[in-house]
Amino acid sequence: MTKKVQRLDRVIIRFAGDSGDGMQLTGDRFTQETASFGNDLSTLPNFPAEIRAPAGTLPGVSSFQLHFADHDIMTPGDAPDVLVAMNPAALKANVDDLPRGATVIANTDEFTKRSLAKVGYASDPLEDGSLSEFKVSRVPLTSMTMKAVEEFDVTKKDAQRAKNMFALGLLSWMYNRPTEGTQGFLKSKFAAKPEILAANLAAFQAGWNFGETTEDFAVSYEVKPASLPPGTYRNITGNLAISYGLVAASRLTGLPLFLGSYPITPASDILHELSRHKRFGVRTFQAEDEIAGVGAALGAAFGGSLGVTTTSGPGMVLKGETLGLAVMTELPLIVVDVQRAGPSTGMPTKTEQADLLLALFGRNGESPVPVLAPRSPADCFDIAVEAGRIATAYRTPVIVLSDGYLANGSEPWRIPDVSALPDLSVDFAEEPNGDGGEFLAYRRDPETLARPWAVPGTPGLEHRIGGIEKSDGRGDISYSPANHDLMVRSRQAKVDGIARGLDPLEVDDPSGEARVLVLGWGGTYGSIAAAVRRVRRAGGSVAQAHLRHLNPFPPGLEEALARYDRVLVPEINLGQLSLLLRGRFGADVTGYNKVRGLPFKAEELAGVIQEVIDRAE
Amino acid sequence: MPSENGSAVNGADGAAAPAFPGLKLVPAAQEPSKAKDFKSDQEVRWCPGCGDYAILAAFQGFLPELGVPRENVVIVSGIGCSSRFPYYLSTYGMHSIHGRAPAIATGLAASRPDLSVWVITGDGDGLSIGGNHLIHALRRNVNVNVLLFNNRIYGLTKGQYSPTSEAGKVTKSSPMGSLDSPFNPVSLALGAEATFVARTVDSDRKHLTSVLRAAAAHEGASFVEIYQNCPIFNDDAFEPLKDPAERDLRLLRMEHGEPLTAGGRGVVADGFGGLRLAGPEEAGEDAVLRHDAHREDPGYAFALSRLDQPAFEHVPIGVFRDVRRPTYDALMNEQVAEARSAQGEGDLGALLASGDTWTVE
Repeated sequence: MTKKVQRLDRVIIRFAGDSGDGMQLTGDRFTQETASFGNDLSTLPNFPAEIRAPAGTLPGVSSFQLHFADHDIMTPGDAPDVLVAMNPAALKANVDDLPRGATVIANTDEFTKRSLAKVGYASDPLEDGSLSEFKVSRVPLTSMTMKAVEEFDVTKKDAQRAKNMFALGLLSWMYNRPTEGTQGFLKSKFAAKPEILAANLAAFQAGWNFGETTEDFAVSYEVKPASLPPGTYRNITGNLAISYGLVAASRLTGLPLFLGSYPITPASDILHELSRHKRFGVRTFQAEDEIAGVGAALGAAFGGSLGVTTTSGPGMVLKGETLGLAVMTELPLIVVDVQRAGPSTGMPTKTEQADLLLALFGRNGESPVPVLAPRSPADCFDIAVEAGRIATAYRTPVIVLSDGYLANGSEPWRIPDVSALPDLSVDFAEEPNGDGGEFLAYRRDPETLARPWAVPGTPGLEHRIGGIEKSDGRGDISYSPANHDLMVRSRQAKVDGIARGLDPLEVDDPSGEARVLVLGWGGTYGSIAAAVRRVRRAGGSVAQAHLRHLNPFPPGLEEALARYDRVLVPEINLGQLSLLLRGRFGADVTGYNKVRGLPFKAEELAGVIQEVIDRAE
Repeated sequence: MPSENGSAVNGADGAAAPAFPGLKLVPAAQEPSKAKDFKSDQEVRWCPGCGDYAILAAFQGFLPELGVPRENVVIVSGIGCSSRFPYYLSTYGMHSIHGRAPAIATGLAASRPDLSVWVITGDGDGLSIGGNHLIHALRRNVNVNVLLFNNRIYGLTKGQYSPTSEAGKVTKSSPMGSLDSPFNPVSLALGAEATFVARTVDSDRKHLTSVLRAAAAHEGASFVEIYQNCPIFNDDAFEPLKDPAERDLRLLRMEHGEPLTAGGRGVVADGFGGLRLAGPEEAGEDAVLRHDAHREDPGYAFALSRLDQPAFEHVPIGVFRDVRRPTYDALMNEQVAEARSAQGEGDLGALLASGDTWTVE
């Protein structure tokens, strides 16, 4: 039977199931198939903090959303076109996000009376007409998987667990995905367990065959490859891109990488990843706590390593005092804060942008620290390299504000040519710099205001640093009022001066007629850019600019704020950048703020932008 | 530049066992040095009569013995009176923040095996705010030497009780007496799986120097408690151990291989896995234990540490425990070397292009 193939320009699929159903793996494999096919894509994993919440309950639902297209796209998509629901909880938790006409593929085997009752369904939604506005495909996924693998010597549990591969096979057929990658992946994952491998391969194939033969699925779909700029690509998450960026920064500066870190969601994957790259001279230290993580990194920096610590909000708070010490000792240090919903423990697996003011001001005294924020998963690589540049060139701690959405979300990344990356080589002090042949640990470089970095083992440059205020030049303990005033201003001037080496803020204003500027920072770039596109497609004029440098701001920001009648600042916090802009520039900005633990939806933002435009008319 | 292999390596060039195995990766000094070479130009600013002066003098007098250049010596301290130490030495140093010196020193020592790293801390810095870092540095066996100056009081904040103050201590913050039971720092270190634990006294320079020597020789973390007098807020806290008429009755000087005796009494087993002191009429000479600092089981050293009595009736000093275990820094650097020899030096281009890739023409 030949089936019709319908062409689409983009599709949003959400896989949802119990946290033990392997939905993240399924989504990840579908993403890899899609990436290798050449579509542009963006992903949004969404999972509970509980490792295995009680089976079949709403808190236990784990999902993975993938948006792929034949053109470049900015976000994981607002609303899924297809929902794969492995059980009633997965349906209930996600059905409100579906637009009219969406497809629901439900695993009917799990829609038992008991499972339905567990999530409060009085009757079976697959049968009672409540899903009438959707196209519902009822597929007995579990039992068909069991049947497909019955010839193999696997336990009932292992057979059932292969049902995610059945689902993946079915979806792979529906969207004409290449399957070699997944088959290769399974072969290496289960190399030591041939029976389980055979069962998973069979389930995957059975899913594909089911799509091809059953009359339930009359159409398959095709999404052509996107025309991305030439180059070699891979799919990459923010946490992986940060890890690679840190290894690159180590290579480019010529300094061995030392990571001191304490496990914390959603930053732990950076620790996991870097611990695998010892052959790059990377040393990873799993510390007893957050404070020891940053302390060890600073100790390594004193010794001439590229010191790095990684964490999320609660850990960031604990590192504050050591960050102050790094400010005072003027040693290079990179601090990655993968922001999550707070305060306190908050919602560990959900995203937020509410650590901006903490990063800027969360220390005692006047304690300026450069702050950077990547705008997309792939941009995490460039930001990590940039953090390495600023930290070593200016001898300062640098904070990188990633977030949970960037950390786990993914997109295609054009792999950079290593020889085209910047040379960041560092010169340690080797000789005394004083006029009398002495070493002056706080004599600043006139250009960067950085102090010399003399590492232990260098003869003649022995010196003592620490948290107590030091005298300008010599670096002895000093309580002099005039000296303290000078040192406070010098540290501030050093960080402010970083702006001189930054590219001016780029403002995207193609028509040149926009009266409204949308200004964002960090992980909201994709949502804002997608919303701006929508507005422009509908005939509206709007300008967009996005900040990756939060301290200091790039040149040109003040001018950009003044150029537009209205400035809209969307943030996943209650207005932290807005507060900075008002305070720094006296700018009259309009905030749009939501803190739901999720990225903005493009459609929603487009509506907000249109409203601001209408008011500006 | 941090070198991973010092060229001239202390004691590793000949057949003789090195004097300081703990410094085997530290380059040897080209020329011998003197105590004055380790004095900085900074005026020492402790209170008159402070025990820290004696410790500093003993330490400066001892450092030349190590035979390493002063640029390869790093002193890391926290906050407190004792933590001013780095400023008075002409080596590299960091006067860091309260309690965190063991963590900072861990990063430094693990990434720079060519350095001799010393942590200077006190009973408040090391056992109160920094207790967590101290126990973890000890269990990891990072190659650092921790000198804990124990004056049993908070000096820099002007006289509050500390985690080693005796219960019921009347201070500014405990006018009716403190409620806390104190730590025994030696017992704590042994409980934290420390491989080297010793105790000495500020006023006995010869003994202090011998303990510093043993600590520096030890490969891995060494923990040295130094009883130190605070003349302002806790004067004469250790007086019974200093009075010439009393001290020999009270101090139990432990020497490896020698009988454990003090004031005519000897250390014997108590029959319950612990130790006690007994007079000669009660325990024959054969029953008195000979000190074995190298026993793997820390139970014996722990039992020795429990001989302490609140009023210093008898106090063991010397090396409680000195055993070998691979150091954290050596293991960490071995893994790096192993990864490099198994997989080759990392290739950044290959790393970035690993995994599933595709090409757009």
